[in-house]
Amino acid sequence: MMASHDTMKAAATAQPLGLCRRGFRGTLVSVSPVATQGGFDPEELERRLLELGFIEGATVQILHEGPFGRDPIAIRVNDTTVALRRHEAMAILAQ
Amino acid sequence: MTQAASSALPLSTRTDPETQPIEAALVGAPNCGKTALFNALTGATQKVGNYSGVTVERKIGVARTPEGRQFSVIDLPGTHSLRARSPDEEVTRDVLLGRRPDERIPDLILAVADATNLRGALRLVNELKSVGLPIVLVLNMIDIARHRGLQIDHLALSQSLGIPVVTATAVRRGGLDALWEVVAPMLEAPLPAAQPATWVAPNSHDLRVAMREADRLVKAHVIQPAIPDTVTARIDRVVLHPIAGPVILLVLLFTMFQAVFTWATPFMDAIDAGFTWLGTLVAQVIPSGLIQSFLTNGVIAGIGSVIVFLPQILFTFLFILLLEDFGYMARAAFLMDRIMGRAGLNGRAFIPLLSSFACAIPGIMAARVIDNRRDRLTTILVAPLMTCSARIPVYTLIIAAFIPKTKVLGGLSLQGLVMFGLYAVGILSVLVVAFCARFFFARTERSAPLMLDLPDYKMPRARNVALGLYQRARVFLRRAGTVIFWSMVAIWVLSTFPQPPEGATGPAINYSFAAMIGKFIAPILHPLGFNWQIAVALVPGMAAREVAVAGLATVYAVSGDGGLIHTLAGQWSLGTALALLAWYIFAPQCISTLAVIRREAGSGKWMWIALIYMFVLAYVAALITYQIAALLGAG
Repeated sequence: MMASHDTMKAAATAQPLGLCRRGFRGTLVSVSPVATQGGFDPEELERRLLELGFIEGATVQILHEGPFGRDPIAIRVNDTTVALRRHEAMAILAQ
Repeated sequence: MTQAASSALPLSTRTDPETQPIEAALVGAPNCGKTALFNALTGATQKVGNYSGVTVERKIGVARTPEGRQFSVIDLPGTHSLRARSPDEEVTRDVLLGRRPDERIPDLILAVADATNLRGALRLVNELKSVGLPIVLVLNMIDIARHRGLQIDHLALSQSLGIPVVTATAVRRGGLDALWEVVAPMLEAPLPAAQPATWVAPNSHDLRVAMREADRLVKAHVIQPAIPDTVTARIDRVVLHPIAGPVILLVLLFTMFQAVFTWATPFMDAIDAGFTWLGTLVAQVIPSGLIQSFLTNGVIAGIGSVIVFLPQILFTFLFILLLEDFGYMARAAFLMDRIMGRAGLNGRAFIPLLSSFACAIPGIMAARVIDNRRDRLTTILVAPLMTCSARIPVYTLIIAAFIPKTKVLGGLSLQGLVMFGLYAVGILSVLVVAFCARFFFARTERSAPLMLDLPDYKMPRARNVALGLYQRARVFLRRAGTVIFWSMVAIWVLSTFPQPPEGATGPAINYSFAAMIGKFIAPILHPLGFNWQIAVALVPGMAAREVAVAGLATVYAVSGDGGLIHTLAGQWSLGTALALLAWYIFAPQCISTLAVIRREAGSGKWMWIALIYMFVLAYVAALITYQIAALLGAG
């Protein structure tokens, strides 16, 4: 996706959800997957995240962490709850 | 995957409403209560089958409006999007777009939405509009939404969307009244003609637009409750707690096993007694000879050996359906994902593997919930390693004959520990084989990441659970029953012919093809400590694991479990017994499982891979066990 000037600026202070701990609460800044090993190609990952409701401006909150290695994480996005592995959550920037 | 080709001509055609009843298709995400709505509309008229060429369940039934007009309803597989990702979702897309030559295009789409979570459904409706068929949006579970204080202005929503919107509570009596008010008149008048489909797979830009539009609609027409519902959040705080969560999961699993084994036992005993009685009856009525032997040993014993596992399978599924309806299964997948991920499995493989404790067949069928091909095939390959209930008769027989009834480690029964150990080795081998399975796949074929909805909890409905159980029982009896039945007939032939010569002394099976095969393979099994009698019993044991017990009884010409236990304890060494246990952890001694693997994996290749790897593991495990036992003096 083409990042606008605003999202570029915001992205400077935003952090990937994949690095956030339980209790983190913020606003989604951008969904921009980069090529990862394994899983989907970035375009497909982006589409799937969008379909789950991860869209710029959404409220996100990390509700739970998996019992082993704090992975996967359960994320409240607007009014649904979705589980993702941290690896994929790296594609989601929030602040 | 075919994503473009929107202009391609539909392969199937719409039917003339004058000659054939209208067909409505239910389309919606998994967990939106689509199946409950289907049950409410069609009740007992449901027919469950398969779409041709794929192993996707096809559910169709007849519904009747309050005025008595009949129409057929097809329950299309749950999907979040027409951008299909699994074979199930492809079916939904292809039926709607007329790409399945053997399937008619529905006349009407009933788009089902969970009223408590509209956003995703509104985006799906957005896609469905480009299919060109008339659509009615059904806001299902409206009672739960109202109870939570959600207010949906469905009339205004209908205006914004340009399609009729109705509310429904599929699980309540009278819950469809509002639906009929709108849908029944539609069915009386001719439905609007289908427009050409203009659907193309949305790219990420389209998706952003569609999501924003859905957000806008929700903001405009849904008033969120002043006090948000916190039941799910509170349950999750306990159930997904890093320490309490896994403990609760373990306790649940433990309770489930106890229940499956203890509650099912009386039913299994009754079924067993019933078939024994039937066999005796037939033996009395029909003079002894080939026909009597065929009926009692072939037909009745064959069918009995299948049906006896029905109680365990139903109890397992009762738990699974209850937990699934409640919403716990997604949580179990969440808790187990890391461990399963290490082994190269998806968290979603947890449910299929759990089912495999009852029987690998429903387990392998349940692997359909995994949308990634590689993850699904891996799960299918390892599911037969889970200790299914058919192994139990073999395990209990050998344990009773060779493991002393002593208590160890302060009161634990040694026999129980051995049983537990056999289960543990099964689970461990699942993880190890899944880890190694990656070598079977091309590098390009990747494992899919976990992306899992954690739906709100809701009370399971007795009617839905009962219908689910009924369907699973039917599927099990029909699919497994036919395969096992015919293999039992084949094995009866093998172990009956040629018949013993005049004046023969040994049991008849000793002169049969089965004995010839057994004696032929006996030298191969000799290093495992198996004698030719075991080899002979393993031949009919290919039909189903527990058949080997009957096979051993026939070869040793003893009747009753007690007699067999005594005979085996006298004839085998401890090393042989342990090696046979090790063999049974891995050996693919179940023709129906192999047949189901072949069907579910879509090619014979995977069946052969499963067959070969399991035999190799069984041989190596039994060899090591026997040789070590022999070294220690137990050979």
